[in-house]
Amino acid sequence: MMRLKLVPDSTKIPFVRYRHLAVGLSFVVVIAAFAFMFTKGFNFGIDFKGGTVIEIATKEPANLTDLRSRLGKLELGEVQLQRFGDDHNVLIRVGASTDITEADAGDKIVNKVKAELGSEVEYRRIESVGPQVSGELVKAATLAVIVSVLAMFVYIWFRFEWQFGLGAVLSIVHDVMATILVFSVFQLEFNLTTIAALLTIVGYSMNDTVVVFDRIRENLRKYKKMDLGELIDLSLNETLSRTIMTSVTTLIALFALFIFGGEVIRSFTFAMIFGILIGTYSSIYVAAPVLMAIGITRDWSITQLTRAKNNAGK
Amino acid sequence: MLHFERWKIALIALVTLTGILFTIPNFLNKETLASVPAFLPSKQVNLGLDLRGGSYLLLRVETEGINKDRLQSQMNDVRRALRDAKVLYTGLGVQGDSIVVRITKQEDIEAAEKAIEALSTLIAGNVLTGSIGERDIAVAVDGTQITVTNTPAAILARAQSAIQQSMEIVRRRVDEMGTTEPVIQQQGLDRILVQVPGLDDPQRLIKILGQTAKLNFRLVDTSTTAQQALQTRVVPAGSEVLYMTESPDTPILVKRRIMVGGDSLKDAQPGFDSRTGEPVVNFSFDNTGGRQFGDVTRENVGRPFAIVLDDKVISAPVIREAILGGSGQISGNFTVQQANDLSILLRAGALPAPLTILEQRTVGASLGADSIRSGIIASIIGSVAVVIFMVASYGMFGVFANIALIVNVFLILGALSLLQATLTLPGIAGIILTIGTAVDANVLIYERIREELRSGKTVIAALDAGYNRALAPIIDANVTHFISAAVLFELGSGPVRGFAVTLAIGVLTSVFTAVTVNRLIVSTWVRRARPKSLVL
Repeated sequence: MMRLKLVPDSTKIPFVRYRHLAVGLSFVVVIAAFAFMFTKGFNFGIDFKGGTVIEIATKEPANLTDLRSRLGKLELGEVQLQRFGDDHNVLIRVGASTDITEADAGDKIVNKVKAELGSEVEYRRIESVGPQVSGELVKAATLAVIVSVLAMFVYIWFRFEWQFGLGAVLSIVHDVMATILVFSVFQLEFNLTTIAALLTIVGYSMNDTVVVFDRIRENLRKYKKMDLGELIDLSLNETLSRTIMTSVTTLIALFALFIFGGEVIRSFTFAMIFGILIGTYSSIYVAAPVLMAIGITRDWSITQLTRAKNNAGK
Repeated sequence: MLHFERWKIALIALVTLTGILFTIPNFLNKETLASVPAFLPSKQVNLGLDLRGGSYLLLRVETEGINKDRLQSQMNDVRRALRDAKVLYTGLGVQGDSIVVRITKQEDIEAAEKAIEALSTLIAGNVLTGSIGERDIAVAVDGTQITVTNTPAAILARAQSAIQQSMEIVRRRVDEMGTTEPVIQQQGLDRILVQVPGLDDPQRLIKILGQTAKLNFRLVDTSTTAQQALQTRVVPAGSEVLYMTESPDTPILVKRRIMVGGDSLKDAQPGFDSRTGEPVVNFSFDNTGGRQFGDVTRENVGRPFAIVLDDKVISAPVIREAILGGSGQISGNFTVQQANDLSILLRAGALPAPLTILEQRTVGASLGADSIRSGIIASIIGSVAVVIFMVASYGMFGVFANIALIVNVFLILGALSLLQATLTLPGIAGIILTIGTAVDANVLIYERIREELRSGKTVIAALDAGYNRALAPIIDANVTHFISAAVLFELGSGPVRGFAVTLAIGVLTSVFTAVTVNRLIVSTWVRRARPKSLVL
């Protein structure tokens, strides 16, 4: 029977040999992410910055110039217009100007826009977030990312050893920073769903890393005298087929969502697609090199083995 | 690996069937659903506002003002208490958060303290805050000066009761608007969450909720005109300058004393004036209110009185004759909608404290419908692509994995229906993502079986080893997914929380289907086919 095989049966890719190059690259990414974070910053959505978003649908293809001039004379402060999906849909963004959004979460803005555009357009979506809530959301989002990274560290530490935990955490931090970098470079809208995507990426990247770690642990027991670099290479090659397969099925699902899922969640899906790609890379090239660098106390594998045997006997 | 005990098979079948049974109602229309017998599940997945359309409002109860109002009325109480006790005093006033009064005669201090102490009451105790047995005010004597402060427990209790009351008023107002299935919940200490499905004009809701709607009837002060009072900056004691609702530049001088308050209203209905035909609000007082209104109007025939709503004067008609029937009419150049909204406000009652809007999100029904449609299309295309890919990669075992995948989708939808969790657009994304990752467990198992076969094991031994050895990484990998979903659930609100819910449910069900259901199918196949060799 014919089988689709993305990865040949026995690969012997010397991953470890290129690790310095990869680690260097990852360092560049993380440093660049920090640099962009503090210089260019993010295109924060209203969740984090406050402000108002109104999505309208026009009967005729929307005339942005006309809309811009009509909304411009309302003196709402910073107004941005952007096509959303097709020609008929327009997204109106009004920044959080202090005097308007403070008490009524943009209700005056919405009323002014509605008075100007009237009932000739359909109001598909109206969202306003006041400064108080957006401030809290920034805090909650930051906290969520930190808590989930710590929770992963603790879990991996508990299941493996601290070296593995550290490798896992560094690979997550790498993935998060790389995704953040892309959002900053291309000034993609950064909102609450982006955080949801980041946390999903954290979970996914962890998933990949854990499978590799599990195999490394197993091989540590099996080949007690093998050089660590060789052993990591062997483990990565053995799990490569699975790593690629799972990434592909996940990407298939996400691409379906990206293409057919509509404009509202496109940036959310984009973040996840990017994160899956980077997460696959990092479980090979961040987590494992960290193990190489700090080394593993191999005696530990014996006690783990007996524990595993005991568990298997249950 | 081959052996499944009978009860285990029964249990797996039971879980699967339950999942399917709870999913079915989602594919039925309302009429069919109504005819489903009561013992069968009939709950559909709860769609989030982003899918069904509707408004989400986050309101804050501004409780700060309550204490200011309270201090004013407490000051009046103190004045009366001291007068009744025949104590001479000076400089009674509010300073910051306390009431301060200076007692003229040294020998009166004890009597004054006693009289003021007598005003204090026990606050409604709260076991959680440990405020049982505490009094609402604390009286401190310093020389000839007496300071009255509200205890923190009293301030907290008052804020809490204001929030409870606000919730009730908000509920009444939303209900009066004729909405279906609104959700009104307290959030945090001082916030109210309002979700109204199907509402496409949130601005009207905001307008109705944004008004305190404190209505009262007061006499107009005719001793001088408002213009003169403003020019000379001398406002007669006991009066204040207010403005008309209709023309915000027109001042009017109104007495502070309230003839009848809005809390005496029994009913308010929109109607039309019998002579002019303009929209009005007809109201009626309860017994006490009616008597008060009758007394005041009888004593003030020929003078104008003001109908004041939230410190703005709706109208100031002249009293033509005593109004004794306990009912009346408010006119103020209303539109039909304004008359309607005002009567809603009057019927529902006044808010104990103003509400501010912290966040509003509204999705129109058409966008919601579009989102459902694209969500379903994306789900179908994504699933079909994954299913094809699995068959292409693993042949018959791919089919086995796909059966498990389909069971998984049923279990997720069944669990969502059973738990009445809210399905949002990101939630649909979560299901699609789960479809992509759910096969991961099968991939892990199959890749392991491939390896074991390559190392020369027999079919049975390879299958056995595949399932056993892949279990640890499967559990680890899914725990990590679950952790991120749990954190997301704690953080998120609305749509994002919906994503976390489907992700978490998906992790649980996919471990069950990809490991247990899939193993049952494979073991059944092995027992029937007894394969000598296996190409995977």
